[in-house]
Amino acid sequence: MSSASSVAVGEQPLTRVKARSPWLETLRRISLYTVVRVIFLFITVVISVYLTILIANMGGYVDKMQEGEIAERVAMRIMADPVMRQLPVEKRNQIMEEMVQVERKRLGLDTPFFVRSLLYLRNALTLNLGHSQKMTSDSGSRQVRLILLERLPSTLVLFATSNLLLFFMSVFIALMLSRTYGSFFDRLIIALSPTSAAPGWFYGIFLILIFAGLLGILPFGGMVDAPPPPTPLEYALSLLKHLILPVSALLISTGAVSIYNWRTFFLIYSSEDYVEMAKAKGLPSRMIERRYILRPTMPTIVTSFALTLLNLWGGAIILETVFNWPGLGRLYYQAIGLVDTPVIVAETVIYAYLLAITVFMLDFVYALIDPRVKVGEGAKQ
Amino acid sequence: MSRLKGTFQELFRYPSAVIGMLIILGLIFIAIYAVIRIPYHEAIRLWRGGEGVWDEYPRLSPPAWYNWFSRRKAPETIVLKSARGDGEKVVEELSEISKAITITFTFEYRYDEFPSELVVFFKPTYPPVESPRQSFVSLTWITPDGREIPLNKFNLRPREVYHLSQDNALIRKLVKYVPEGVTLHEQELIPEKVLFLAPQKETPTPLKGEYTLVIRGTTFEAAADIDATFVSYGKLYGWAGTDHYRRDLMVALLWGAPVALAFGLLAALGTTITTMVIAAIGTWFGGAVDGVIQRITEVNMVLPLLPILIMVGTLYQRSIWVMLGLVILLSIFGSGIKTYRAVFLQIKESSYIEAARAYGASNWRIIFVYMVPRIIPMLIPQMVVLIPSYVFLEASLAYLGLGDPTLPTWGKIINDANVGGALNNRQYYWVLEPAILLMITGLGFTMVGYALDRIFNPRLREM
Repeated sequence: MSSASSVAVGEQPLTRVKARSPWLETLRRISLYTVVRVIFLFITVVISVYLTILIANMGGYVDKMQEGEIAERVAMRIMADPVMRQLPVEKRNQIMEEMVQVERKRLGLDTPFFVRSLLYLRNALTLNLGHSQKMTSDSGSRQVRLILLERLPSTLVLFATSNLLLFFMSVFIALMLSRTYGSFFDRLIIALSPTSAAPGWFYGIFLILIFAGLLGILPFGGMVDAPPPPTPLEYALSLLKHLILPVSALLISTGAVSIYNWRTFFLIYSSEDYVEMAKAKGLPSRMIERRYILRPTMPTIVTSFALTLLNLWGGAIILETVFNWPGLGRLYYQAIGLVDTPVIVAETVIYAYLLAITVFMLDFVYALIDPRVKVGEGAKQ
Repeated sequence: MSRLKGTFQELFRYPSAVIGMLIILGLIFIAIYAVIRIPYHEAIRLWRGGEGVWDEYPRLSPPAWYNWFSRRKAPETIVLKSARGDGEKVVEELSEISKAITITFTFEYRYDEFPSELVVFFKPTYPPVESPRQSFVSLTWITPDGREIPLNKFNLRPREVYHLSQDNALIRKLVKYVPEGVTLHEQELIPEKVLFLAPQKETPTPLKGEYTLVIRGTTFEAAADIDATFVSYGKLYGWAGTDHYRRDLMVALLWGAPVALAFGLLAALGTTITTMVIAAIGTWFGGAVDGVIQRITEVNMVLPLLPILIMVGTLYQRSIWVMLGLVILLSIFGSGIKTYRAVFLQIKESSYIEAARAYGASNWRIIFVYMVPRIIPMLIPQMVVLIPSYVFLEASLAYLGLGDPTLPTWGKIINDANVGGALNNRQYYWVLEPAILLMITGLGFTMVGYALDRIFNPRLREM
């Protein structure tokens, strides 16, 4: 993003000379665009979460989850009540049955599925994700929301580090290569681009085998050493050490191909007439790159980056599993192993949110760097 | 047709494409070989057979060709079956109902390491009466230098399996049979070691030569008989090795090829074609239809594909064909629509489309006969590049433990290996074999795909 903003800063003096209003105009444009995008994405999330619920409930699983929770809650309440405990078993069961029915009614389980599905939708959207069947959070809670929130930071650390690194590394190397078109490294990247055939987790297995298994210089997995180092500095160092392998796995699988794509892209743009013109004027190559190549290509770069990011979320699930990274992905794996349905459904919902947030962030960046984006057009593109 | 030929000729100009095509051809060959050599039901039986099918394979053994690269020769498995005519079986009538049966197995042992396990499987035959009198056997071990070691004596139950390595009575008396000049730790006093020890060696080494196992049995029923199978489990097996269930990995490695190819090809075909047709319909009709398709595509981009597959796999079914259908279904409105749409928008404006409209061609005729074929050259490279991504999607699901419950696939081997801690236990062959196959498959298709991309999109070729 720093490259994007530096480009914007570079352009600023030109616009500011004319009047002050363009600045405000930009702000207005972006905020209007943002609002429209937020509304649109929210609708998108609602639809995708609703679809998730429909798929999950095809066999009535969400219903079963709810019923199970009701029965458990009622049983707990009765067992906790000393008066109830003294009642004969039949009487107690009868009361229990009645309470379950009341509760079912209260939660709307006796209503038709359509009404109920809207109810589930509300719960999912407000992250009221219910209780897990077997898993607990590290603090011992059975609330799915807490379990998920606990894992979210680790996932974000891994995902943000690897993707920011991927983005900047690719753009800069691609720019460098487009300058030295036809050189050895240029050919090397072309030759290496088929490595994108395999996903990151797959290279992760090889990396673990080499660096943890054979050489023993890097950890097999996990996020920090056990026990966690006491001081923040040591903690950060340990975290960095554990980040090396998963991040490089991701870079190996997506690095070469994204450098290749962007290099091709820069080459195409650098054969435009206005670039030739700039060269003829004798502008320094850095300025040509910034103003005449990077600037017009940025929106496209961001779009393609958005698509990569969306694909990578899926891969992250398995990357975390391979590296024992205590994030959402490995939680998924554990939930599958325990067949903990509430957690699995909730995770699907969370991933829908994460995808939507990713799309939104990139849309926002897109609006920042592309002055042509206006609300009407922005929605269409 | 001539265009196709031209494409092929151009493909040969790219060395990477030639390698890629060779890989794909090799894979197709493996797939056909696998399906013919091990028919589907046989493959399922071999892979999911349970007890009886894998009994004679060693557990967790690397492939046999490890020996080619090592000076110390690790043992291979030796199987001797009296029912098959191995060894020598002498039957002597003692009385009307009683017989003395002697089975003598002799075998050469020429390896530098001890076997991993020793087992005798008995297959006694009894007359079909309520409770037949059980036969009785005693086993003796004779080393190449002539030492005799009595093993054990017991009655034969209908399916008796004698695990020498787990016979505590034998282990307790083993110390007596350690040859002179050899010192062993207490935990080294195990039958598969002591029975093979060479005398006067500093480090315990197996004695090379002819070993004999004598099984002396007595039957007490007229129709009774005894057959035995002796297995000295090696430390290496076959071309691919075995896993923790003693399964031959070769079955899954071979059968992984047709499964991966079928899944990748069908998924890639299904998704690209449906996506393209939808994009064509959207651009041709425009207006509301186009709008709806665009909006659905945007919703679809936010639908998490892998999580939904995981959810369906956990809650309903993990059959590979259900997954395939779901993948195609969820990718119909994939992000490819945007790319195709851009191209179709150009095609829509071309004059031959206008001509078609002028002579009164129907909408569907224009879409399927005039628009869709134009985009196929652009479609083929993308499809070829997509194939490995679906192969890996299947492997990903299998890695998460959501692989097809019956079919053996490469991803499932990696999952088994991961669950069995193969990397920590240094059983690298277990992970590397399927992983390398997956890698080669991926590389083959991508190399061809990228070359095709350059051929069909000349603008890329200049770069």
